[in-house]
Amino acid sequence: MKVLKAQNQSLTPPQVQPLPVNANNELIDIRSVHLNTQLMVDHPANRDAYLSLKETTPARLGMGRAGLRYKTRSVLRLRADHAAAQDSVWADVPSKFIQSMNMLPLQSQCQDETEYLTRPDHGRQLSIAAAAKVTQLIDKGPSVLLAVGDGLSSEAITANVGDVIPAIKQGLKLHDIAINTIPFIRFSRVAVEDQLGELTHAKVVCLLIGERPGLVTPKSMSAYIAYQPTVGMAEARRTVISNIHPGGIPAVEAGAYIAETIWNMLTLKKSGLDLKEALKN
Amino acid sequence: MILKTILSGKHYQFKSVKDVMAKANEEKSGDTLAGIAAHNMQERVAAKVVLSQLTLNDVYEHPAVDYDHDEVTRMIIDDLDPLVFRQIKGWTFEQLREWLLATTTTNDIIHYLSQGLTSEMIAGVCKLMTNLDLITAAKKIINEKTANTTIGRPGTFSSRLQPNHPTDNLRGIMASTMEGLSMGIGDAVIGLNPVNDTVSGVTAILNTFNEFVTRWQVPTQTCVLAHVTTQMQAIEDGAPAGLIFQSIAGSQKANTAFGIDQHLIAQANQLGKQALQNKGQNVMYFETGQGSELSSDANFGADQVTMEARCYGFARHFDPFIVNTVVGFIGPEYLYDAKQVTRAGLEDHFMGKLSGLAMGCDVCYTNHMKADQNDIENLALLLANAGCTYIMGVPQADDVMLNYQSTGFQETATIRELLNLHPIPEFETWMEKIGISQNGRLTSKAGDASIFMEKESM
Repeated sequence: MKVLKAQNQSLTPPQVQPLPVNANNELIDIRSVHLNTQLMVDHPANRDAYLSLKETTPARLGMGRAGLRYKTRSVLRLRADHAAAQDSVWADVPSKFIQSMNMLPLQSQCQDETEYLTRPDHGRQLSIAAAAKVTQLIDKGPSVLLAVGDGLSSEAITANVGDVIPAIKQGLKLHDIAINTIPFIRFSRVAVEDQLGELTHAKVVCLLIGERPGLVTPKSMSAYIAYQPTVGMAEARRTVISNIHPGGIPAVEAGAYIAETIWNMLTLKKSGLDLKEALKN
Repeated sequence: MILKTILSGKHYQFKSVKDVMAKANEEKSGDTLAGIAAHNMQERVAAKVVLSQLTLNDVYEHPAVDYDHDEVTRMIIDDLDPLVFRQIKGWTFEQLREWLLATTTTNDIIHYLSQGLTSEMIAGVCKLMTNLDLITAAKKIINEKTANTTIGRPGTFSSRLQPNHPTDNLRGIMASTMEGLSMGIGDAVIGLNPVNDTVSGVTAILNTFNEFVTRWQVPTQTCVLAHVTTQMQAIEDGAPAGLIFQSIAGSQKANTAFGIDQHLIAQANQLGKQALQNKGQNVMYFETGQGSELSSDANFGADQVTMEARCYGFARHFDPFIVNTVVGFIGPEYLYDAKQVTRAGLEDHFMGKLSGLAMGCDVCYTNHMKADQNDIENLALLLANAGCTYIMGVPQADDVMLNYQSTGFQETATIRELLNLHPIPEFETWMEKIGISQNGRLTSKAGDASIFMEKESM
């Protein structure tokens, strides 16, 4: 093998600006950088036009390359965004949070996260113990049963529920409707609300549940609301309010909208597509 | 037909051909969810042993869905060449596997034999193959198809440019399109998944694509992946489409859930041949993926590999330009982790190739699967070695509309360089003309979307 002689070679590192540090001498949070303002293509033919076009899309454009591969910083950013999404799927909503919100902790038939991910049918049903608790501890025939489920993102719950629930309560108070015990169902799928409806005979069931996390945010939550839901009913009977997160519909605004939707359901005795049609007329 | 065996001293009795086929599959969470998977590894191997001794005729006589009740079964059976089938119907699956792998078995004779294979037979032999078997057999098969350009030639490795945007913003779509093209991406098709499935939306995007590829003389195909009926209406109204897309499934009932049937796709194919301005006769673009039949309760107790093979049986009836499996999109209840996705990607590619299709793969995963970008890079490289026709090109693999991760522009570029593969020749000539490629290698200009912006007033 030919070994290059050191005196004939100059080693030039690629020109890379070091990652900035904050006042505490920590490296900055790479996820706080706005990708839209970054252009890492070397010697672009038209920098201004490139940056202006980048404003039109959240796609990861203009990230440049290292050889034919990605630059280090864009790889780290993708991994950081993906890590946040994945951890949010696999992490539990902390029991302290459930206590602080005064929710009744329950579980679906799933025993662990793997069963939850692979058996959606088990996530739609309460465990026998949980079903018994609902029967014992929740009053029969409420106007509204509000419930919370972890779904596919625990972070969606911790990020939004604290603001959404008071806003829903406030909105319903205008109509003299009170929310009593709020069950929290670990390892839950949307249709678990149908069983909750059957067990409590609630007129309306509203389930706040974490959505499948995307790379943009792991914090997206949805409200699935149904009038007198029954197990096995058509999906078209659910009204969905989705995209509840700090960068989407803010929690307080969402809460008010959910309360209004619930009131419409109680008045018109309908939900889902039927409600949509009735509201048109 | 023998449906029982002894393995390690234990007796195994399978209920039916369908039971053997399901239990002989490599482990997939979707088969477990369907309640048809082998209960343990030994039962899985016992099923493979039984399958290896079944004849092609045994499987011919037991299609996954009844002939009388399913048009996909009828298409598969009726499309069979009876002369070829008669020659091979007595073969066991063991013989078919070893024939496919024999070094003396080459492309031409595989094409001949393939006319005598039903989709269930293709699925059956797949279940006896290891991952490297699937790569070896698929690599032999050359399926060339022509629309504007010809895809699938040996030595080429193509890509679909997928410039999706969360609100279908035309400038945003073109931003991703320009950057992809500047990296040599998009020789298979420039294909957008729209948010809005409307004739006006589809038409606006097709017009924008058409203006660009006309001005820059890009030799490729364009497509907006709305529902087939939306595209047909747009084309009838004069929209400049390059291909007609539709997602398809392996049973009539599952296709009904997609809002399609054989008749509708035949009409679309006919319209494409008449109305699209292509040189060749291959006008359709289909997408598939294991598990979609179970998700619409239309798998008829059959496993997801068999149902996926039937998608290719449906597809080949229309001689499409390209087909790809969207392998990891469906989620962990069907394909749990990177191991299962890798297996499924190799299976789908092999089965598509053996069905005579120019087969690509959307090598991808969702955030609730146990997989990451490393796994996707691995599978992309395996598939390229298997002669995969094309993969996706999404800006840094992150699809900001469909919220999943696929392969980025850099993956295609890297794999081409590593394995000495090239884009479709006309497309590579175009790349040289605009200066992003020289002597078959990317130049420093590659990856700079703004090379298109000096003249563009975007």
